[in-house]
Amino acid sequence: MDSATTPDAIHVLDDRTDQVWTKGSGKAFKCDTKSTAGSVTQRACAFCGSRVVLYPIADALHIVHGPIGCAVYNWDIRGALSSGSQLHRNSFSTDLAEKEVVFGGEQKLEKSLLELIEFYKPKAAFVYSTCIVGLIGDDVERICKSVSRKSGIDVIPVDSPGFKGTKKSGYQAACEAAFRLVGTGDTSDIKPYSINLLGEFNIAGEAWMIKEYFERIGIQVVATITGDGRVDDLRRCHGASLNLVQCSGSMTHLSKLLKQHYDIPSERVSFFGFEDTARAIYTAAEHFGDPELMERAQELVRTEIAKYAPQLKQYKKQLKGKKAALYVGGAFKAFSLVLALRALGMKTVLAGTQTGSAEDYEQLKEICDPGTVIVDDSNPLELAKFVLEKDVDLFIGGVKERPIAFKMGVAFCDHNHERKIPLAGFEGMLHFADEVARSACSPVWQFAPRRAQAKAFLDSASQSDFATESTTTEGGKA
Amino acid sequence: MLEGTTAEIRERKALRVNPAKTCQPIGAMYASLGVNKCMPHSHGSQGCCAYHRSHLTRHHKEPVVATTSSFTEGASVFGGLANLKTALNNIFSIYDPEVVSVHTTCLSEVIGDDIPMIIKKSIEDGIIPEGKTVIHANTPSFVGSHVTGFANQCKAFVDYFAESTGETKNVVNIFPGWVEPADMRELKRLADGVGVEYIMAPDTSDVLDSPLDGEYHMYPDGGVTVAELKATGDSFLSVGLGPLASTSAVESLEKKCKVPSKVLELPIGVQATDAFIDALRLAGDTSVPSEIEKERGRLVDMMSDMSQYTHGKKVAIFGDPDHLVSMVSFLVELGMVPAIVVTGTPGKKWEKKMKEIIDPVNEDCVIKAFSDIHYLHQWIKANPVDLLMGNTYGKFVAKTEDVPFVRFGFPIMDRVGHRAFPTVGYQGGMRILEKITDAFFDKRDREDPDHEIELVL
Repeated sequence: MDSATTPDAIHVLDDRTDQVWTKGSGKAFKCDTKSTAGSVTQRACAFCGSRVVLYPIADALHIVHGPIGCAVYNWDIRGALSSGSQLHRNSFSTDLAEKEVVFGGEQKLEKSLLELIEFYKPKAAFVYSTCIVGLIGDDVERICKSVSRKSGIDVIPVDSPGFKGTKKSGYQAACEAAFRLVGTGDTSDIKPYSINLLGEFNIAGEAWMIKEYFERIGIQVVATITGDGRVDDLRRCHGASLNLVQCSGSMTHLSKLLKQHYDIPSERVSFFGFEDTARAIYTAAEHFGDPELMERAQELVRTEIAKYAPQLKQYKKQLKGKKAALYVGGAFKAFSLVLALRALGMKTVLAGTQTGSAEDYEQLKEICDPGTVIVDDSNPLELAKFVLEKDVDLFIGGVKERPIAFKMGVAFCDHNHERKIPLAGFEGMLHFADEVARSACSPVWQFAPRRAQAKAFLDSASQSDFATESTTTEGGKA
Repeated sequence: MLEGTTAEIRERKALRVNPAKTCQPIGAMYASLGVNKCMPHSHGSQGCCAYHRSHLTRHHKEPVVATTSSFTEGASVFGGLANLKTALNNIFSIYDPEVVSVHTTCLSEVIGDDIPMIIKKSIEDGIIPEGKTVIHANTPSFVGSHVTGFANQCKAFVDYFAESTGETKNVVNIFPGWVEPADMRELKRLADGVGVEYIMAPDTSDVLDSPLDGEYHMYPDGGVTVAELKATGDSFLSVGLGPLASTSAVESLEKKCKVPSKVLELPIGVQATDAFIDALRLAGDTSVPSEIEKERGRLVDMMSDMSQYTHGKKVAIFGDPDHLVSMVSFLVELGMVPAIVVTGTPGKKWEKKMKEIIDPVNEDCVIKAFSDIHYLHQWIKANPVDLLMGNTYGKFVAKTEDVPFVRFGFPIMDRVGHRAFPTVGYQGGMRILEKITDAFFDKRDREDPDHEIELVL
């Protein structure tokens, strides 16, 4: 057998041992670091971070200044839905060639911008810098100013060369860029009970579901940032009284800027699972201190849970006792997932994120059960090792993890940006249960050798009780 | 989403809208995955590596493994030597590959990292274990396209590995070009059928279409081995399929080890497959077995059965240069009329070649290299076509214009068949023809008024 495929031959990179932690071990834990060179990291770069955060602003022009690849790999890969303009789903690039790498790409960028703005008449334009733009010395800020003057729209540079760091540093650049629009719109018709939803990207239409909850109880949603986003909403989002921050990794910086400049308080929330969705709605209602508002919030939560909870029961029956591993982008999502899985009777045995902070991991450690392995910035071998060791039934992750799980005969649920169904809110919990059950209980796994072996092992074990113990200690996993 | 597209064509010099290509490094990564126990390594920021892996995973629905130098601000100022050395050290100690295949990115190219020098230093410092190899290919993202990167990587296999022992063996090297794992499998089946011994390099079959066996294999049991790559220098002939993807590799091998080379178009359709089979037959001094002759006969039979539906139909097609030459030739064999052919990859010579193929059936065909899907879309708005062919990104154009659409090329991120069924060879031809006529018929069955629906087609 290949050395790299047997579980006992899988090591954790020496430099990474502090980034893996088992609850109950008492060991120190390190995160928020750059990836070790040579690691098969599942992480992306700063450019990717800023691009994915801003691109759902649907009536803006998004142009990638660099060679073609950067514009291709994130072209319409996230299902961030828009109720109107679909401009954001196109891919615009300056497609830098050798000539510009030598002589600079400023001219090409300026021409491209003027042409595109003339043709598409966007409300604003974002210009993303890629790795080589800084190196070839293009002054993107200056070009943006010049085009802004000539075209009459805001042209905003996003300082996001890939080498600046992980997606996280890209999020920061995106927040800075978005903030340039804030404060330039009319806020006169904004009601006192008003919020912004930060870090909600309207994947599969989730923002629409969440927005509706707040509107039903009488809270105005000024801007969802950036799902189904509009330039004009960003311009006036400083008129809202409260920010609810969902994807904390991507939007904490913007909420800080809004606090600093406009004194808008913010609350970290999640709309995943019954518990967290209810808590998020109560958090907003509580903020405005109106007992009637709170009553309406409670009524909404009651109605919604009554609608969906009974249907959850059948899934719980199917899923009880199954073990899950999750490896997701941000930590706050991980918290919600642990709770939601628990609500379905499942146990999280492995939890990891690409970009969690120390504070995040503290919280994650608290809510996980003893024995749960927690990893930061993991890689396929490591993930595969823990999936085997912990005999996982379901893996929750993104595009790169799906085929790994399948190869091992493990069910999978995409809780990343490539999910196709809304998983947020009360209704979303039902979708989540359905998606998990459909994968975890799929008849295909009976043909997966690992399952077949496990079944054969269990069958023989039930025939002779004493055999179980000796086989387990000797062979580890069947 | 393409409602903003107008029929009035804008001549653009400065920008790309909805590209019909991507960058070099992903091609190098794909080629490297076709080497047994090889770890592709992206020398640049970690986003490049993540992007290429995700993109290939979306296309192949398979785990794609690769490492990165994880450039930081420091590396982009002082060069990536330290990063690459650390990376190599880590890769060998933890992932234990036979080969690390380093490709550059725009960043490391602009910085000017000298990869051969870094490899040499790493050998001197004992970072590379005995018997293991580190190779490299320069793949600047701002030159050519993803196919260029594939070609550069294939050439690197030759430059680093091919050896001549002085004893010529009765073996043919097949450089398959950028085709699917299922295609490589089919090419090997045909070569087996004709009865020649061959080495296929690279070979992604069994790597990117591996079976579900309950385990995660970082290096699936497939790909050309290092020993085979070395032995390519002793073969008596190299056949390179797809001029853009394979010419540089076979020419380099001819120069280095005096292995005569022959470059053919990708064997798609009747005549291109004939040429491939014929080349194998001549090389092996064998005759074509009746099984393969019958396959050809079945393809021609199907073409005749369907000719009333294909003849005279106008086609818009976009993709990669090698794919287009062969696919368009097949369309012409089917009696179809290419109306516009677009690739994102630059290439004046390619435009000329396409014109020669299409001129006999349509002198007015628009042939554009270094263009994009937006251009193609604008053109067909003013000049309606009967069929659109191209990668997944074409689906929005097809939907907006209500044109039957057949997926073909790279990437295909929304269908499953390309990973299982070949498009090369006579059988591949039958599959393409099935897909084309299905697309026509499905549209008819869906849209014909009740009284006109035909039971028999």
